[in-house]
Amino acid sequence: MKRILPAVVLTATLTLAAGCGDSGGGGGDADKANAAAGPITIWLSNNKEELAWGKAMVDAWNTQHADQKITAQEIPAGKSSEEVIGAAITAGNAPCLIFNTAPAAVPQFQKQGGLVALDSFDGAAQYVADRTGDTAEQYKSPDGKFYQLPWKSNPVMIFYNKQIFAKAGLDAEKPALSTYDEFLTAARKIKSSKAAQAAIWPAPTSEFFQPWFDFYPLFAAETDGKQLIQDGKAQFNSPEGQKVAEFWKTLYDEGLAPKEAYNGDSFNDAKAAMAIVGPWAIAVYEKVKWGAVPVPTSSGKPADQIKTFSDAKNVAMYSACQNRGTAWEVLKFATSKEQDGALLDKTGQMPLRKDLPAAYPDYFSKNPAYQSFAAQAARTVEVPNVPNSVAIWQAFRDAYSESVIFGKKPVPDAFSAAAQKADQLAAGS
Amino acid sequence: MSTARAGAAASLGPADGPGGASPTAGGPLRASRSRVAAVLGRHPVGMVLAAPYAVFLVVVFAYPLGFAIYMSFHDYFFAAPGAAVERPFVGLDNYRAVLTDPGVRQSFRNILIFLVINVPLTAALALLLANALNRVVHARTFLRVSFYVPYVTASVAVVGVWLFLFSSGGLVNSVLGPLAPDPSWLVNESLAMPVIALFVVWKQLGFFILLYLAALQNVPKELYESAAVDGASNWQQFRSVTVPAVRPATALVVIVATITGANLFTEPYLLTGGGGPNGASASPVLVMYQRGIQQGEPDVAAAIGVLLVIGVLIISAINRRLIERD
Repeated sequence: MKRILPAVVLTATLTLAAGCGDSGGGGGDADKANAAAGPITIWLSNNKEELAWGKAMVDAWNTQHADQKITAQEIPAGKSSEEVIGAAITAGNAPCLIFNTAPAAVPQFQKQGGLVALDSFDGAAQYVADRTGDTAEQYKSPDGKFYQLPWKSNPVMIFYNKQIFAKAGLDAEKPALSTYDEFLTAARKIKSSKAAQAAIWPAPTSEFFQPWFDFYPLFAAETDGKQLIQDGKAQFNSPEGQKVAEFWKTLYDEGLAPKEAYNGDSFNDAKAAMAIVGPWAIAVYEKVKWGAVPVPTSSGKPADQIKTFSDAKNVAMYSACQNRGTAWEVLKFATSKEQDGALLDKTGQMPLRKDLPAAYPDYFSKNPAYQSFAAQAARTVEVPNVPNSVAIWQAFRDAYSESVIFGKKPVPDAFSAAAQKADQLAAGS
Repeated sequence: MSTARAGAAASLGPADGPGGASPTAGGPLRASRSRVAAVLGRHPVGMVLAAPYAVFLVVVFAYPLGFAIYMSFHDYFFAAPGAAVERPFVGLDNYRAVLTDPGVRQSFRNILIFLVINVPLTAALALLLANALNRVVHARTFLRVSFYVPYVTASVAVVGVWLFLFSSGGLVNSVLGPLAPDPSWLVNESLAMPVIALFVVWKQLGFFILLYLAALQNVPKELYESAAVDGASNWQQFRSVTVPAVRPATALVVIVATITGANLFTEPYLLTGGGGPNGASASPVLVMYQRGIQQGEPDVAAAIGVLLVIGVLIISAINRRLIERD
């Protein structure tokens, strides 16, 4: 017994090495905190361009508010930002504002009691509506409140490499990529001409967020803007959803899209002729001569009607914040027309603002390559703000991997089972 | 005899206390000392010296384990300090959810495949290489360090090398040419887990070789001499002298390899992109991470962890019985 007990404890704890913790106590008077002013801490994305914008914004605020200074830092390193933020909420040491809150994580953070409803500030709902317009509705939580301020989007489009297209004998300036048939024809030509190793190379891995960069943009386009879950019901097990799935399945079955992840950036390394991504990547694609077109639809809808996934990142206020009055003022300052313009200028990412091209005409006349993204930014679809959001995406991804990428199950069977699971999860069970 | 004792007692009397204290004064003191001895042992200072590690064990190991068991029986999720949340007792619901989840069941099957490949291979290769290293005369330090380097190198860096080796267009497939598997290693449902098992064998071999090398130093040379006199070949000496002599080390190697193997996470997370292809390399700890951290269900993750603990304890106990029996 003497030998067994320590062995049991040691063995068990080694196995449970991923330890979990909890904390108690704390809290505070929300109304008092909403009015409180003083120094605050904010977290920024570790993206180089966003950091540069963030530092300039903080400097601009701090010079005007000596008694309410902002301390800014990058989101601490972790497997993902969401994981780090979730841990900070539990520990009670989250900052006041995080300028990189993923909409898919908001339901979970809200359930944890980690977020402040912005509606609790005077005029906040009106501020969001005035700045973002109808698109803002997608960011409301099921209780009708805003726990995130829609900040910026990266509308996902198809980037193509003009040199590879020319080498494959395709029109490099106005390529025909608007229908599934056209897209597949171009992809087959790229592959058969050996102009590139792959026509397109989205990550075929199992992470919950990967559908945002293969299935979901095309699903949004095909359905004129349906979310994955609407009115508590899964929408992907529909004729439109299956059309999108069959399109990708053809790409995988014919080897036009590899089933193995590329270790790096396949488009930037000219291993893939096309990429499906938002304008944040433009800064990365320095050595590629690229063009961008909207994602394809089965019928080839006109470009100005095509919707896509937003790939938005928002700003949220966290409940550990003591000086929420200052935090709210900073939030408005950082999303003012001037700061949004600075963000656009430094990062090329699209502020979630109404009529973006009209708001910054100088920028878009100087940077015509961004015009199509600005136009597309007005037609974006967000991830659904529902309970168990991440679990729903993982269930969908598992079904997609099984049927579309690896062809182990017919798409209708896999999607039907995933839809049932997603319905249960969306109902909160 | 009794007179002598009485005399001795009489002569000791005054020494019991200053100023001729009562002969009963030593009684409570002795009783108190014996109670202290009963609790703290004959050398209480030992307890003091051991206390920091005992506290460490309780705080870092025992408390999280107990807490995980608690979570697995409740509708538990992580919440902000002060947030009003309910975490009702749910009995075996989390265990039911885990055991009926095909993804979780597949992860346990996957880890069994991993252990069946990894543990015997680790023990056999480590013993063979340790034995060879023990006999080598030249470049012994160089060889020992060479085997140890993968163990101390960060997994993330080493995974990058294996991706280069085993990807579709990687070195291994280039060498194999038409014999390369299709689908390739890391996206092949039958090969992904065996490749991971081989990777872990290679990465951890240095550590287990060291364990065996230490054990080999204690094998009496006379045993080999007498075996040689009896005409035993090198292989017979290895089988009949070395293997039985290092049996306690083998038990340790097998148990440690089983425990670390059951905790597999980094390799399926990085090498096969989150347990791919199609969940064929997902491990229970990877699923715990997905469910507990990504999907906000630490109660379900804790149930998986508790089942994993039980499984590892059973496998370790069986291993120990099989290996240590005479």
